[in-house]
Amino acid sequence: MRARVTIRLKPGVLDPQGEAVERGLSSLGLPGAARVRVGKVIEMDLPDGSEATLRKVASEWLANPVIEDATVEVLT
Amino acid sequence: VTVAVVTFPGSNCDRDCVWAMSVCAAAPVSKAWHKDDTLPIGTTAVLLPGGFSYGDYLRCGAMAARSPIMADVKRFADAGGAVLGICNGFQILCEAGLLPGALLRNHDARFHCKVVGLQVQGNSPLLAGYNRDELIDLPIAHGEGRYHADDATLDELERDNRIAFRYLQRLPSGDAVVNGARRGIAGIVGGRARNIIGLMPHPERRSHEDLGGDDGLPLLQAVAEHGLARGMA
Repeated sequence: MRARVTIRLKPGVLDPQGEAVERGLSSLGLPGAARVRVGKVIEMDLPDGSEATLRKVASEWLANPVIEDATVEVLT
Repeated sequence: VTVAVVTFPGSNCDRDCVWAMSVCAAAPVSKAWHKDDTLPIGTTAVLLPGGFSYGDYLRCGAMAARSPIMADVKRFADAGGAVLGICNGFQILCEAGLLPGALLRNHDARFHCKVVGLQVQGNSPLLAGYNRDELIDLPIAHGEGRYHADDATLDELERDNRIAFRYLQRLPSGDAVVNGARRGIAGIVGGRARNIIGLMPHPERRSHEDLGGDDGLPLLQAVAEHGLARGMA
């Protein structure tokens, strides 16, 4: 199976990288850009049946539960 | 009877820590490698040094927190042994769950390398070399030192006297001017016996008059002496 884990900073956690990207977008013709947040996408091949373990590892390690949320999608 | 300094791939303050512990704090030092399954025999304290372990891949300290040596560091800490995490070592302790919270990119997205004023506040045998509320100067050098935890955790840290060091310069919100750390937190105390300390500033870089001061030396000395005081020698 092919899986995708998307990691986002929790709402309310300051994202200085997002703010810098927001300023960049403004200077490149998108002055209305707002609430920009930068996250991570991790894609991987896994043996079929790994989804439950992946969900556990994604929420405990790929994302740090103190500051981040993870969503797991099985693509194929 | 040694202070074990753990080297991870990407550690870059391990040699400074060995020097400061052995020359300035006059403590016997051994070195441990991240792939070791156990700490050296006779370890009485553990020091996790600064640097960029595993290139800060995934998150600062996230890879190192799962490296083989950390299982024994956890056992050592659970048994009451002194553990000091400096800078990246603090990030590793948080990622390993030995300390609460996490360290995020500085609020201004800049790397800060300078000497900052701190107040020593927490209650821990590892802070015994300082007076309560003593003001000290220590160097910082980090891009990701913004301490973050939820309000409940921060309240508990304050109530339980587990905020070891606070930055003196604070924003109106109470956050640190230099990196945005919540409530100005530069270092915290953990462990059932208050035997774990993590901090972003570098005590080893201010542990000798030749380095401009020795404000960091009492912390290193207390860590070195902790195991002796517990009769581990």
